[in-house]
Amino acid sequence: MSTTIKIELRQQDLKKIHEICDSFNNEPLELINILHKTQEHFGYLPAEIQDAVADKLNISTAQVYGVVTFYSFFTMTPKGKHPISICMGTACYVRGAERILDEFKKELGLQVGQTTPDGKFSLSSLRCVGACGLAPVVIVGNKTYGRVAPDDVKAILKEYE
Amino acid sequence: METIKITIDNKQVEVEKGTTILDAARKMGIDIPTLCHMRLDDLNIENKPGGCRICVVEVQGRRNLAPACITQCVDGAVIRTHSPRVMNARRTVMEFILSDHPKDCLICPKSGNCDLQNMAHRLGIREIPGHEIAEISTYRKDTSPSIIRDLDKCIMCRRCEMMCNEVQTVGAIGAFNRGFMAAVGPAYEQDLEHSPCTYCGQCVAVCPTGALTEVDHTREVLRAIVDPSKTVVVQTAPAVRAALGEEFGMKPGTLVTGKMVTALKELGFDYVFDTDFAADLTIMEEGTELLTRLKKFLNGDKDANIPILTSCCPGWVNFFEHNYPELREVPSTAKSPQQMFGAIAKSYFAEKININRKDMVVVSIMPCLAKKYERQRPEFSVDGNPDVDFSLSTRELASFIRQANIDFANLPESEFDRPLGESTGAAVIFGNTGGVIEAAVRTAYEVFTGKKLSRIDFTELRGMEGVRQATIDVDGFPLNIGIAHGLGNARKLLDDVKAGRSKFHAIEVMACPGGCVGGGGQPLHHGDSAILKARAKALYDADRDMPIRLSHENPYIIQLYKEYLGEPNSEKAHHLLHTHYFDRKAKIVVKQ
Ligand code: SF4
Ligand code: SF4
Ligand code: FES
Ligand code: FES
Repeated sequence: MSTTIKIELRQQDLKKIHEICDSFNNEPLELINILHKTQEHFGYLPAEIQDAVADKLNISTAQVYGVVTFYSFFTMTPKGKHPISICMGTACYVRGAERILDEFKKELGLQVGQTTPDGKFSLSSLRCVGACGLAPVVIVGNKTYGRVAPDDVKAILKEYE
Repeated sequence: METIKITIDNKQVEVEKGTTILDAARKMGIDIPTLCHMRLDDLNIENKPGGCRICVVEVQGRRNLAPACITQCVDGAVIRTHSPRVMNARRTVMEFILSDHPKDCLICPKSGNCDLQNMAHRLGIREIPGHEIAEISTYRKDTSPSIIRDLDKCIMCRRCEMMCNEVQTVGAIGAFNRGFMAAVGPAYEQDLEHSPCTYCGQCVAVCPTGALTEVDHTREVLRAIVDPSKTVVVQTAPAVRAALGEEFGMKPGTLVTGKMVTALKELGFDYVFDTDFAADLTIMEEGTELLTRLKKFLNGDKDANIPILTSCCPGWVNFFEHNYPELREVPSTAKSPQQMFGAIAKSYFAEKININRKDMVVVSIMPCLAKKYERQRPEFSVDGNPDVDFSLSTRELASFIRQANIDFANLPESEFDRPLGESTGAAVIFGNTGGVIEAAVRTAYEVFTGKKLSRIDFTELRGMEGVRQATIDVDGFPLNIGIAHGLGNARKLLDDVKAGRSKFHAIEVMACPGGCVGGGGQPLHHGDSAILKARAKALYDADRDMPIRLSHENPYIIQLYKEYLGEPNSEKAHHLLHTHYFDRKAKIVVKQ
């Protein structure tokens, strides 16, 4: 009964969150932009960080969580060491991006938005990345792969073993 | 007022500009079906996300059908609410909503009172195309001490979200995810117990389906009654008698006190007592505390803790423990009437009839879901034996009466048992917003001034406005009183107290809009606020007709103090009838 919920954060992380919120005047209407900036800095939005944002903006955590789960570009899991993104833009899509994505899902045992337990790979999908000539496109870390076929997936993963 | 002319179903009407098609139709007596939309008129509560689309109508000249609840009428519009095209679309919408809905109506707690089920019936749905292949989400059930959440039954009307966020400003729940997986719940899909939920039950009161329901204890109570080694004592809260009749087809506002007592006796309770007795007791304790603090305050004592806040609503207690823990010395320390009753029943009364408290089972009938949570707080039990064993809602009592095949409407009336069944008019108005403070003023006045009141009705304290204030002349001393119902309104008054700019001496807070008559455990109002007003009136009428209308004149209260407690706020009274509060605010701390 007398126990309160404690949310623990490192001093520098808390400071960063406050900085970001302050830069938007702690305006709840700016929540999406604030979360954007926060994710840019931390790479993902775990519960403690959402709690701290809610606390700073004086809004409910349920509201923050609602926004985080509504927009697919927010994620609550840390990105892997080698984040894999598959373009799902129109050009890539018509050239079979979905089958590529399925292949990655199968090989890694992941769904979009998830990370392998060893933290090595994470899987996400993107809107057009502006390389339609190379469709379908896969990006791993900073490296771009064009004209990817489902059979190439194993080889791509092997590069990062 | 600018008006426009429109035609609905071949009938012309003139309506105010800005009126929605739904409202215009309702004024003409045309019932357009709705699911997500809900409005409680006098309470300024409206939910219109325009999400379910069951309310679509045909507007001549418009290509698409229009949702009536969010579409404003335009001058000259010709509208058809039940054309073949509309009926066809409405069925499709309904089939879509039902495609991922569980079909366990047989054992659903909402069955018979479910807006979705009624709509399926009204629209004559006999099969649900695509049901076999549609994805059904598999959220697990979340059972808290008061509320059960079954999110597979959520149709995303978002009424509960509106209640919890806009009306109550609690923010325990919100919408998350999208598409088929969309639902409403606490952050990170945690259990309600890990959220700032107050258990006010207002989300349950507006949920159109079985997604939010109360924890049902009728089975356990039946077992206790059957057990020959137990003496089972029941207490009934004031607001129950003004609403229970609705469950049996009686008009809202019908007072069914006598029939309710008969029904409880037929159900086999050994003693049928009244929470109103404990409400009178609350006034003795809280009123005395008010006077003590007020005297200190008038003597210039900085620590007098004025204003005093009422503490009889456990939803409200949860709210300030979560949101204003720094103010937790300000509310009265008096327990709620439910808990006062339990403490007295299992001490004074158990001694009187010479049984051990462990052989007594205390059941409360409450308009409230927060009482289910309150009764299991560890500080309200002695050696693991709770002062109140079970708390049933008004709805559960109605179900219990139906199970027993009792013809409620035709029952004769009977009287509560003595001594814990005797009460006054001051107690029965506890169920209304403003009632507790009115009862306290009546007693405080007479005790403070030593004079008789020239009038008993303080109508300036009554009404439905969310925040009210009045100054009562207590023999030359202007007593400033604030009243709030609905937690969002309470927040306004609390922010003033916190900032040190409150001008009130005493503030009454009730978590539920309207007070307990609008409690989360009451028969469902389905969005009709006239029902709440009728219940409130019934309680004021009951007060008017009582022979005794002042708590301190209740002969059995006088006897209780004489035989057992001594004085109000005595050491024994403190031990049995007062409590303390906790800091339950979530804290952000720096990791070491
Ligand atoms: S019971 Fe009240 S506080 Fe809790 S989720 Fe429902 S509306 Fe919010
Ligand atoms: S107002 Fe009444 S019904 Fe509502 S939470 Fe408070 S005590 Fe319960
Ligand atoms: S659609 Fe994939 S790069 Fe443009
Ligand atoms: S009732 Fe109009 S959209 Fe739901």
